[in-house]
Amino acid sequence: MGFFEFSEEQKMLRKAIREFVEAEVAPKAAEWDEKDVCPVELFKKLGELGVNGIFVPEQYGGAGQGAVARAICLEEISRHSAGLGIALMTHHLGVYPILQFGTEEQKKKYLPDLCSGAKIGGLAVTEPGGGSDFSGQKTVAEKKDGSWTVNGRKCFITNSHIADVTVFTAKTGEDEKGRNKLSAFIVEKGAKGFEPGRKEHKLGLRGSVTGDLVFADVSVPEDAILGKEGAGAKIGMEGIGEVGRAGMSAICVGILRGCVEEAVKFANERIVYGKPIAKLQAIQLEVAKIRADYEAARLLTYNAVGLKDSGQPCANEVATAKYVSTETAVASSKRLMDLMGGYGIVNEYPVGRFLRDALASIPSGGTSHIMQIIIAANTLSGFQP
Amino acid sequence: MPYNVAVCVKPVPDPKHYDRVTIDPVKKTITRTGIPTLINPVDKTAIEAGLQLRERHSGSVVAISMAPPNAEEILREVLAMGADEAYLLSDRAFGGADTLATSYTLCHGLRKIEALRGHAFDFVLCGSESADGATAQVSSQLGEWLGYPHLWNAFAFEEIEEMPEAGDPEKKAFSIRTKMENGYMEWRARPPFVLGVARELNKPRFTSVMGIMKAKNKPLTVWSRADLDGAEDAFLGLSGSPTQPGEIFSPDLKRSGKLLEGSAEEVVEQIVAVLRSNGVVTGD
Repeated sequence: MGFFEFSEEQKMLRKAIREFVEAEVAPKAAEWDEKDVCPVELFKKLGELGVNGIFVPEQYGGAGQGAVARAICLEEISRHSAGLGIALMTHHLGVYPILQFGTEEQKKKYLPDLCSGAKIGGLAVTEPGGGSDFSGQKTVAEKKDGSWTVNGRKCFITNSHIADVTVFTAKTGEDEKGRNKLSAFIVEKGAKGFEPGRKEHKLGLRGSVTGDLVFADVSVPEDAILGKEGAGAKIGMEGIGEVGRAGMSAICVGILRGCVEEAVKFANERIVYGKPIAKLQAIQLEVAKIRADYEAARLLTYNAVGLKDSGQPCANEVATAKYVSTETAVASSKRLMDLMGGYGIVNEYPVGRFLRDALASIPSGGTSHIMQIIIAANTLSGFQP
Repeated sequence: MPYNVAVCVKPVPDPKHYDRVTIDPVKKTITRTGIPTLINPVDKTAIEAGLQLRERHSGSVVAISMAPPNAEEILREVLAMGADEAYLLSDRAFGGADTLATSYTLCHGLRKIEALRGHAFDFVLCGSESADGATAQVSSQLGEWLGYPHLWNAFAFEEIEEMPEAGDPEKKAFSIRTKMENGYMEWRARPPFVLGVARELNKPRFTSVMGIMKAKNKPLTVWSRADLDGAEDAFLGLSGSPTQPGEIFSPDLKRSGKLLEGSAEEVVEQIVAVLRSNGVVTGD
């Protein structure tokens, strides 16, 4: 038995999701990327499989699993479509805060539909002023006559145009030192004054929608606040830190597995000088590097989500996994592209998409620089091997 | 009315990895080491048909397999798809079975389950053939051993109002269409019967996470030779198999080039002659 081993149920889950992905995702992934359309109809099917509410307890319509099971699903889906992977990943980002911080009424109201696939979730935190400057948010929620009036604009929001239920953060005051006090709220699609704005034309992770969300005098009922007033920073950061980054990490493990499998296929099929290029040592060295990247990213990712499932602190491990997985996914897909020569830049092969998706994964949930700062802070404040 | 459905399943090497299958010319066996095993694809169609019958009419779906001990994993997957319980018939005494001995063993397994449950099966569903052996004989032979009517290669299957003469008049009749080379045949039958189903019958459901979790607590029973009391040794395993594999070999796909010389017309004639001598081109 290795250091890390899936349980029998997790192995069955991986097999079941792989079967679904090979039938329903793989054949269409290139088209979603090319046309940049999000296959929203698949959310219903994924909901039936239990993927949408994988970590939600059964009493709220979920599958009662955890972060490892979620990472398995994201790896399998992203092996063929990282675009669908991030759409699902972000749906989970909307589900998680409701589960962790919602009242019993909020959980009963929103979770069953979010788990079944009837509704899609999202999380809106980032603003034009910056994503990593979390407390610098300018969207404001003011309490008036028993409800909140929200004004502002969120940007780079995945699922912006498809989410039915969005958790968002807004400034609800200032503390004694004059710092922004943020609170989190739930808003539903169709609320008056709440509209999706511009849609981004992205380099990678196409097949997921990313865009603006505009709040113009949006009235949010008092009971739509999530957690306590002023808890917005904690709610947002916990979701992004442990769920978002772990998700991006699993997505890149999927991309890396794609690189390994495509490298094997191409190296065995491509004949040069009368033999497959897999026989050439120069090619073997490249394949070995791609494989090593995949194994490293995989172990870091599943170790981090395993810690999350066991209730241990994991912010540093998640940041490390995200940093390594996203960066090696870029390096490996570039390596695969080089290995394939001219074929590497032909869109008939998925390697170009792997590279674009890997590049787009770096800023999602915090850039590599931010991950390095988290890792450095953890290391310099008391590295304990 | 509730229907009791039995579904026969077989673990097979994943057809996606057939390029890794090798043949041992001495032992005359197929080496499948390292190749993942899965539920024979068309057996999933049979499982789906069973689950649909249970959903429409209530009742139960029982899966049965004669296979090595590691087939427990496959049966757990059948339970995760939605079957209520599963039985694995596994013993060295069953090894080396051809289709006749396999169907005999399955028949005795089914008879024992019926005795334990106190009622007979209304439907015994099988995939029309396995992805590895592809003999397509087990469902019909099983029907003979059980003494039930049997139809093979069914691609449509539905309850009907008209009652044919035969069968239990208390039970509804079914219309069944079976594939023929140049068309199809339509049959009417009352349960019990054995059906070998074709892939076109339905699209099997995907396994859900909830199904996987439920499967953990569903009964999976393993029976050995000793558990099949009524079965006779002479009909089991190798000794019960009147057919034995003869020669087994990998096709020789070696290719070699040959340079033809002469004018274009002469070369064409030479090519046609080669094709003709190999039976590729016939006539004038």
